[in-house]
Amino acid sequence: MKSIFAALALTTALTLPGLAMARPITVTTTLNQYGGDGAYLAFYVTDPQGKYAGTVWVAGGKSKYYGHLSAWYRATGGNPSGIDGITGASVGAGRTLEISLDLADALFDAGYTLHVDAAVEDMRDSPNDVAIPLTSDGAGTPARGRLYVASLAYSR
Amino acid sequence: MSRFIHRWPGLIAGLLLLVLSLSGAALSIFPAVERLSSPQATAAVSVADVAGRLQAAHPELEQIRRAPSGRITAYWFENGAAQAAVIDPATEQSIASADPNPVERWLTNLHRSLFLGDGGRLVTAAGAAAMMVLAISGVVLIARRAGGWQRWFSPMRGPFSGRLHVEIARLVVAGLLLSSATALWMTASTFDLLPDEAASPIAQTDASGRTGMAVADMAALRAIPVAELRSLSFPTPDDAGDVFTLKTDRGTGYIDQGDGKLLAWTDLTGWQRATETIYMLHTGRGAAMLGMVLGLMALGVPVMAVTGFVLWLAGWRGRPRIRGNVPASRAETILLVGSESGSTWGFAATLHAVLSKAGQTVHAAPMSAFDPARYGRARRILILAATYGDGDAPASAKGFLERMNALAAAPAIPMAVLGFGDRSFPGYCAYARAVTETAERKGWETLIPFDTVDRQSPQDFARWGRSLGAATGLDLDLVHQPVQPASIDLTLVSRRDYGAEVQAPMVILRFALPQAALWQRLVGRAPGNFVAGDLLGILPEGSAVPRFYSLASGRRDGFVEIVVKKHPAGLCSGQLFELRPGDRIRGFVRRNPGFHAETTRRPLILIGAGTGIGPLAGFVRANTRCRPVYLFFGMRHPDSDFLYREDFATWQAQGRLRRIVTACSRGQNPRYVQDGLRHEATEIVRLVREGARIMVCGGRDMAAGVSTALGDILAPMGLTPSLLKAQGRYVEDIY
Repeated sequence: MKSIFAALALTTALTLPGLAMARPITVTTTLNQYGGDGAYLAFYVTDPQGKYAGTVWVAGGKSKYYGHLSAWYRATGGNPSGIDGITGASVGAGRTLEISLDLADALFDAGYTLHVDAAVEDMRDSPNDVAIPLTSDGAGTPARGRLYVASLAYSR
Repeated sequence: MSRFIHRWPGLIAGLLLLVLSLSGAALSIFPAVERLSSPQATAAVSVADVAGRLQAAHPELEQIRRAPSGRITAYWFENGAAQAAVIDPATEQSIASADPNPVERWLTNLHRSLFLGDGGRLVTAAGAAAMMVLAISGVVLIARRAGGWQRWFSPMRGPFSGRLHVEIARLVVAGLLLSSATALWMTASTFDLLPDEAASPIAQTDASGRTGMAVADMAALRAIPVAELRSLSFPTPDDAGDVFTLKTDRGTGYIDQGDGKLLAWTDLTGWQRATETIYMLHTGRGAAMLGMVLGLMALGVPVMAVTGFVLWLAGWRGRPRIRGNVPASRAETILLVGSESGSTWGFAATLHAVLSKAGQTVHAAPMSAFDPARYGRARRILILAATYGDGDAPASAKGFLERMNALAAAPAIPMAVLGFGDRSFPGYCAYARAVTETAERKGWETLIPFDTVDRQSPQDFARWGRSLGAATGLDLDLVHQPVQPASIDLTLVSRRDYGAEVQAPMVILRFALPQAALWQRLVGRAPGNFVAGDLLGILPEGSAVPRFYSLASGRRDGFVEIVVKKHPAGLCSGQLFELRPGDRIRGFVRRNPGFHAETTRRPLILIGAGTGIGPLAGFVRANTRCRPVYLFFGMRHPDSDFLYREDFATWQAQGRLRRIVTACSRGQNPRYVQDGLRHEATEIVRLVREGARIMVCGGRDMAAGVSTALGDILAPMGLTPSLLKAQGRYVEDIY
């Protein structure tokens, strides 16, 4: 578990080149027209036992609101460290977010799952809005979210 | 200095503050509406009670939230679809939609970031900072103007814009300070500049791994009244490792879903409490009444922005640019200016420049800002004072005598007074004389004797400069060219000639009202809002000194009209008489507020002769509300110089003129306008009893005759013209 976390931290830091074990993937997330301000999103991976393995992306820059991404926030122990290079702006209703990142080969077809927590100001929090298993075959097949995420897909 | 600090943030941030205050005032309504429409839970109800009953109704309950207003919202799933509703804590019934109000969201985003994200938040924060600077400097200015903190609520005098600005400021400044200070705190919190983040981490105890305990039985939830609840999040179904997350007014905790016990708890930090209190004070969420009061106070900002701008513009237009004005505390020479229309400021600017060139540090200020306590390094005080009317203080000297009288002792440094006026008036430099006399009574040492400048004479001014130079040991060569007022081209539309047969040629000249955009009017490139009784300055070819004519029309009439008499060798009247329709001449409008016909229902007695009928005819023309107006008109012969004869007949038919009494000095039964007054003595007494105002316009001799006649008429009722003058019920415009 500890080694996987380290691998994630390395591979998601896009400044480090030449990792033979990693490959680039693109995660595409489209939001619903939910009628609110920009959504905060946390993208993170859990292991086959459902334990938190690492964060891959956070959309939304103000850490004081991270508590509303409740499942992710609690999984990180309320202290999400090491996300400095992997945060971006919040995502507006109806908008699409594309993230390119290097993900370790070892994560695919091994029971790991990509989750998205979502939260919008003055609206309900949506922990685990969508979850999608990381498999070689699953690439390109979109998954529907519960509240804010219209579709989540990754391509290799 | 306070004035400088007050002015520039106000002008720069004015528009931004307008947006922020209006949106803030609108937003203040929502918490109050929410508070009134939300059923309040009774103190005895616990979180466990509400949560238990809600979960019974909605098995897939996900979260319960309670807003500071007491509004409780539940979020759940039903057949895979997300559901949410505002619920009544007593019945658990859904009573309203939980969707956020789009109008409130729109206003919130406008108010906090102008829809511009973080950049916009910084702009609005700058607006809040400007508001704070304005509030603090404004408080200092008000205290200074009122004459001390203990006189904070004393009545204010002066022009309407200034009074309104100050009256509103005194009422609302406390609210604006609170709103702007809390806004800055909230911005700092948003940008993570304050250590008020949620306390982390909560000591993570592993959950028991069991599930299935009824929410209603959980001890940790039974202990908390609903009134303290912020939110309760339910664990993900079928996830034994998940927990309940409880947030209350005191902190955050996790509750085991197997045994209902508290797994971990963190109290709010002091910083968090401070931020929450400040959020409540700013938004009114949890303090709806305060929010409404702050919202109402915010509505003062647009009024103050507009009046502040008008004040600044009036000041900016009213005085010539004085370069290198030294602050009062550092100046050797203090130059106090009492100016009505701005021409005295022109002389002051010349004096300022010459003194500065001679190596002096000079501070020029209006006389109304007289404050000897601030003149720490001053060695002399020079006062340039015009006179308003018969001896009143001019606009920029209001309150000067009162301030001087209030001094315990005269300043230790010597002073000199220079009066500005027109020798043809009986009250020549009367105000400047009054200033000198008051100073002498106070035992204030004079630097050089009192002197005067007649009709802006450059020679008089230079002479005074030489004696000032002799007294100070400075070489002062005062050469002053009067500042040209910004004038515009006026095109003649029509002319009506009278009086040639009685050797008194007169003409009614009507000019087109120049079409102008608002900005041109604001910056003085076109006449602003003028009414009959104001003055039209005409600049004849070959002279820099304007001649003034009373206006017989207002802006609402859509034209500029004056009545001119031809003087045998008159430069200006000669040129005006030459004008034919289509010809142009340069002129400008000057306000003359002392001779306006005020809007009341009380009777108006107008008395005039010759060209003096001009503004009086303008008052009658503007009297669309049919206030009772009585006109006494002196002329030579009705067949020759009965100005506005046809118009008066029409206006009388329309009810704008109740009665006209004419007096003709030639013909079978010669008499003057004062004879007409005496003949109607009973009527005049009746009208004055009803509160009538008397307005006289015309030559000096006529006015004297009228005053004598009215004195005789009013004596039986114990009134005199001067008594009426003191009440503002007897005004004259004499030439």
